[in-house]
Amino acid sequence: MKLQRKNGLRATALGALAVSGALVLTACGSDNNTPDGSGSKAPAASSAVCKDAKGQLLASGSSAQKNAMDLWVKNYMATCTGVEVNYKSSSSGEGIVAFNQGTVGFAGSDSALKPEEVADSKKICTGGQGINLPMVGGPIAIGYHLEGVDSLVLDAPTLAKIFDSKIKSWDDAAIKALNPDAKLPKKPIQAFHRSEDSGTTQNLGKYLGATATSDWKYEAEKKWPAPGGQAASGSSGVATQVKQVDGSIGYFELSYATSQQISTVKIDTGASAPVEATSENASKAIAAAKIKGTGKDLALDLDYTTKADGAYPIVLVTYEIACDTGNKPETLATVKSFLTYTASADGQKLLSEAGYAPIPAEINAKVRETVASLS
Amino acid sequence: MASTTSIDTPPPPRAPQAEPPSASTSTGRAGDKIFSGLSKGSGILLLVIMASIAGFLAYRAAIAISKDEGNFLTTFDWNPSASPPVFGIAVLLFGTVVSSIIAMVIAVPIAVGIALFISHYAPRRLAAPVAYVVDLLAAVPSIIYGIWGALVLVPYLDGLNSWLDQYFAWTYIFDQTQPGVARNMLTVGILLAIMILPIVTSVSREVFLQVPRMNEEAALALGATRWEVIRLSVLPFGRSGVISASMLGLGRALGETMAVATVLSPNYLISLHLLDPGGGTFAQNIAAKFDEADEFGRDALIASGLVLFVLTLLVNGAARLIIARRKEYSGANA
Repeated sequence: MKLQRKNGLRATALGALAVSGALVLTACGSDNNTPDGSGSKAPAASSAVCKDAKGQLLASGSSAQKNAMDLWVKNYMATCTGVEVNYKSSSSGEGIVAFNQGTVGFAGSDSALKPEEVADSKKICTGGQGINLPMVGGPIAIGYHLEGVDSLVLDAPTLAKIFDSKIKSWDDAAIKALNPDAKLPKKPIQAFHRSEDSGTTQNLGKYLGATATSDWKYEAEKKWPAPGGQAASGSSGVATQVKQVDGSIGYFELSYATSQQISTVKIDTGASAPVEATSENASKAIAAAKIKGTGKDLALDLDYTTKADGAYPIVLVTYEIACDTGNKPETLATVKSFLTYTASADGQKLLSEAGYAPIPAEINAKVRETVASLS
Repeated sequence: MASTTSIDTPPPPRAPQAEPPSASTSTGRAGDKIFSGLSKGSGILLLVIMASIAGFLAYRAAIAISKDEGNFLTTFDWNPSASPPVFGIAVLLFGTVVSSIIAMVIAVPIAVGIALFISHYAPRRLAAPVAYVVDLLAAVPSIIYGIWGALVLVPYLDGLNSWLDQYFAWTYIFDQTQPGVARNMLTVGILLAIMILPIVTSVSREVFLQVPRMNEEAALALGATRWEVIRLSVLPFGRSGVISASMLGLGRALGETMAVATVLSPNYLISLHLLDPGGGTFAQNIAAKFDEADEFGRDALIASGLVLFVLTLLVNGAARLIIARRKEYSGANA
C-alpha cells in the first residue's frame, strides 16, 4: 500500500511538473500566438517549390511570428525533404544581430531595420543590404473582463487614458459616452500590461502614440512606459489575469482571447461602425499601410489612424530580413524557395488559421516579386 | 541566482567532522594515491569553477555599469536597451530586502513553533509524520509554488488585502492606494514564508532535540512547567541554532526567482504600501527580462545578479559569524 501511495504521489508531482513546464514555456515566449494545438496539425502537402533548395537553413528572430514559422517550416519540410529549416525564436534584436554577423540565412523581426542596422548589414550582403519583407500580420486584441458588460466600444484616446491610469473607473463619462447602452458598474479599472520587454507592447505604443497624440506621450518602446497599472509575464500571463480579475483590461494577440473566451474591445476608429479584432479586419488595416522602404526594401508605414470600414487598427507586422543581393551562395536557393512558399497564397492562408492576419494582396504581390529577385 | 544561494548556504550545523587522516598515515598503496588525487582534484576544480563564475560576473557587470547613464545604485528604472541605457538596482534591492523581511517575520515564529511542537509537545507517533510533511514542503519546486501562488493564493488574499486596507490603513504599510489584485509585496512575502518554512523548521528542530536532557530535567526538578522548561533551557540553548536556521531561510528568500516572478506584478517604484501591486526583486527581474534582453541588457542583468551574489554572501557570512560567536553556548550544534 505504502509503495502505491508513493507512486501515486510521484505521478501527481510529475503531472504537475509537466503542466507547469508548459506554462513556463508559454510564459517565457513573448508573443506566442497560438495554443500548441495548431502547431501539431499533420503537415499538409504544401505547394512549396524546392528547386535547388538543399541542406540546412538557419534563421532566428521575433517570437511574435514563432507559431506561423513553426507551421510553415513543418509544411515546407514535408514537401522539400532534403532541406532542414531551423527558426530559432528569440527576439527581434537578437535575430538582427545574428543576421548582421552572418550566422543566419534570414532573420525575423517585429520592427523594420534601423538605419544603423542597415549600415551593418552591408558588410554581410556583398554589394547589397538587408531588406524588410512583411510576411506576417496580426491583430493585437484589447481583452476585458467586466461582469454584465458583453460588448464594449472604446476609442484611442479613452484607451490611452485607461492604460495611463487617467481613467480609473468603469463608469467614467468617456466610457459611458461610447457605450450608451451598457450598464457600466462603478468598479476600478485594473489595466494589465506585459512585465517583460515585448514587441506587442511596442506596437500598442505605436498605435496609441499615433492616434491619441495628446493622451499618450510615451515613446513606443518594448518596455511598458507608463508608471501605473499592473504587470504580468507574457501574453499568456496577461490573458490569465484578465480572465480571472473582474474589472480588468489588457492586451494580447487575438489567439489568446479566442482560446480563453475573453471578450475583446471594439475600437471606434471613426469608421461607420466600431471594429472588432479579427484576422480579416487586421488585414484591412494593414492594407492601408504605405511602403516606406526604398528600392527592394518593403518596410511598411502602418496607418494607425485609418478610418476605413472594418479595418482594425491595432496590428503588428513582422518582417523577414534578407539581403537584396549578396546572400550567402550556399543558402540563397533555400532562402528563396522557403520565402516564396511563405509568401504564397498557400502559406498566407495558414496565417488566419493560427490567429494571425495574412498580408494584403497588393503588398504580398510586391513581396513575392522581391523574393523572386533575391540574389 | 537561486542556485548560487543553495550552493552558498552553510550546511546545517552539525558536529564538526573528525580531522581527515593526514597524508603521512597513508600506506602508500596505489588506491590511496588515486583517491587522494581525485578528491584533491575535485576540491581544486570547485575553486576554479567558483573563481571563473565570479570573474565572468564581474567582467560582464563592469561592461554594463561603465555604460550605464543612470546611477547604478539609485536609478528607479530598468531600461538597458534604451539609448542611452538607464538602469539601477535601487528598486530591486529594496524589494528583495522587504519581501525577505516579511517572509522572515511570518516564517520564523511559525517555524520555531512547529519545531517545538515536534521536539517537545507532540506525541512521538505524531511528531515523525509532521516532521516529514514539513520536509516535504521543501521538495516542491519553486515554480509550483509560483503557479499555486498566482492561481490560488492571490485570489484568496484579495479578501485579506481589503480587510487590512479597511482597518489598518493608518499603519501606512497596509494602506492600499492603487486598485489591483493581491500581486504585491505582501503576497510575495507570504509565499516566501511558506517556502522557507521547511528549512527553518527542520534546522530548529534538530537544535531543540539536542538540548541536553539534564538541563531540561533540572528545570523540571525545580518545579518548572513545560513552558518554563522551554523558556529556561530549550530556547537559550537553541537560540544560535534558530538564528542560523533563519539565515539559511533568508538566503533562500533573497534568491527566490520563479515563484516571485509568477506572483508579483512588477514595476520600478519604491513604495512601502505593501498592498499596492508593484516592486521587484533581483531574481524576479532577471527572470522577467532575460528572454527579451539583447547582449547589453544581459550584461546589465548580470550586474544586478552580482549585487545579489554579494548580498547573499554577506547574509551567509553574518550567519556563520553569529554561529561562531555563539559556539560556547551550544557545543553540540556549532
